Amino acid sequence: MSTKTRDGGRPDSGGHPVAWEGPPVDLTAQSPRIGEKIIKAVLVSAAALSVLVTVGIVASLFAPVAEFFTHVSLGEFLFGTEWTALFGDKFNWDDKSWGVLPLVTATLMITLISLVVAVPFGLGAAIYLSEYASPRVRKIFKPILEILAGVPTVVYGFLALTVITPILKPLLGIEGIYSMISPGIVMGFMIVPTIASLSEDAMSAVPLALRQGSYALGANRMQTTIRVVFPAALSGIVAAIVLGISRAIGETMIVAIAAGNMPLFTADPLKGAQTMTGFIAQAASGDTPQGSPSYYALFAIGALLFVMTLLINMISIRLVRKYRQAY
Amino acid sequence: MTRSEQRTVSTEQRTNKSDTASESQVTIERSNTVPPVEGAPDGVITLKDLEVFYSDFRAVTNVNMSFGSREITALIGPSGCGKSTVLRCLNRMNDLVPGARVEGAVAYHGVDIYGEDVDVIEVRRRIGMVFQKPNPFPKSIYDNVAYGPRVTGMKVSDMDNVVERALRGAALWDEVKDKLKQNAFGLSGGQQQRLCIARAIATSPEVILMDEPCSALDPIATAKIEDLMVELASTYTIIIVTHNMQQAARVSQRTGFFTAEADDKGQRTGRLVEFDTTEHIFGNPSDARTEAYITGRFG
Ligand SMILES: Nc1ncnc2c1ncn2[C@@H]1O[C@H](COP(=O)(O)OP(=O)(O)O)[C@@H](O)[C@H]1O
Ligand SMILES: [Mg+2]
Repeated sequence: MSTKTRDGGRPDSGGHPVAWEGPPVDLTAQSPRIGEKIIKAVLVSAAALSVLVTVGIVASLFAPVAEFFTHVSLGEFLFGTEWTALFGDKFNWDDKSWGVLPLVTATLMITLISLVVAVPFGLGAAIYLSEYASPRVRKIFKPILEILAGVPTVVYGFLALTVITPILKPLLGIEGIYSMISPGIVMGFMIVPTIASLSEDAMSAVPLALRQGSYALGANRMQTTIRVVFPAALSGIVAAIVLGISRAIGETMIVAIAAGNMPLFTADPLKGAQTMTGFIAQAASGDTPQGSPSYYALFAIGALLFVMTLLINMISIRLVRKYRQAY
Repeated sequence: MTRSEQRTVSTEQRTNKSDTASESQVTIERSNTVPPVEGAPDGVITLKDLEVFYSDFRAVTNVNMSFGSREITALIGPSGCGKSTVLRCLNRMNDLVPGARVEGAVAYHGVDIYGEDVDVIEVRRRIGMVFQKPNPFPKSIYDNVAYGPRVTGMKVSDMDNVVERALRGAALWDEVKDKLKQNAFGLSGGQQQRLCIARAIATSPEVILMDEPCSALDPIATAKIEDLMVELASTYTIIIVTHNMQQAARVSQRTGFFTAEADDKGQRTGRLVEFDTTEHIFGNPSDARTEAYITGRFG
């Protein structure tokens, strides 16, 4: 390659055509394209608005939460094992205990119970629909799942209180009408459709070529599903389960109805115990005057829920990245 | 491997179950269009009046041919003439296509693989397949190769050794021996395809089916796979579908030319037009349609 240059310092063209010497071509826009600019402006403001709303929510939590923590130490809040926010004098901070742990453990316990129900059933349904069901069966069941995912949660709450608890009562020896196990199980059934539907999407997206490769090596359907399709879809399946966890943690009606209103620091799922959302529902629907301790407690619990869901989402993003397969 | 009750495809005696299968005795009547396969009288696989339907659509019909042991047989023809369809019958991959139906017989050592007592897993372990687009599993290189032996429950005393031999067999060992635990997706397209070949030979098959294995690869990777095929043919029986006629001419000993012509009802059904030694097909084809195709005047 010669680096000899000619006219205007261009490198020698070698075997290539020489520089263009005719009149220049006009490649500037031939119309102002206003429509496109408007569309872009609308889309940018839509994106900005959703970010602003989120920021606004966090900001509006901030002041009452700060007020709450001038009365209650962070240590007492996070590690205290007794929660009596609605007891005693409405406007007195000092005759109450502010340990949030009972609410947190009840939330986690019910979430855990719901996952024990939802993960096997949800994944089983997803595997069946994606790998075993005929296209016709899938066409019928997939929409049903999606409709089930939209049943109002108050319905599930009453199902727990009036059907599941009476069934479990003699079997497990539950005292009273409230327990954690009953709303936990029902909540599990509530999130089965979410997990099943999203996992099925993830598994159906696994290319047919991978399944064929597996069958061609002599694998049967179960082996192909477990060893090839499932791992290939893992990131989507993890995302589905995490969404299920988020729904369980944030679920309010079922626990408000069937877990009772008694904050109780216990690991016994047969006992009723108030969850974080259960407390919010109770305090927000009772007469909680603005500026009272329990009013500020609402915000503190709300902020804690926010942080917990945020953490779960961050963990899930990491997991999804870790298991993402580019196929 | 002989189960006494297995059907033989000694065609005239198909109903006579008392005739114990002696695998290599495959006699077939040949249709007029297909001359006897010289030098391969008892092919590893023999097709007898093969006919395949997708629901109501007859994709191929009247295919009679035999694949010689440790030979490379190429199936060529214009696209849509049923080459892949025929290939998929050879290890029952058509079972996976809803609505697909196979008539006639596919005799593997004289046993009809579509027979009643045949276990499809046994068939596929002996007759492996490599696909058009490399399709490694989203697993490590090692686990890809070990997959077949694991799922088929092969009794393997030393899996490392099986994996190494398969990778050496596919001419991939030197390139991957230091990264066996890495994900197979990190390999180039050509390496992935050789990995798929390694994966196929790990179950020690007798036959390897390849459906346009190079069509997604660049010329250098293609040349490597072609060299590899020639080498593998000293151990394995290879049947390759290709639309690259130079490739068929370079690697194969025998070539079958398919075409699909519309019948009076306007249905296009694939047929085997000519099946002979590659030398004959490319040097002195008997059928005018074969000649037109290989000289590039049609298809
Ligand atoms: N899964 C299928 N379902 C329905 N028709 C199919 C299917 N696969 C192939 N066919 C049809 O069968 C004929 C032969 O196809 P194919 O075997 O793929 O041809 P080739 O490999 O020679 O291009 C074509 O007309 C094609 O449309
Ligand atoms: Mg094809």
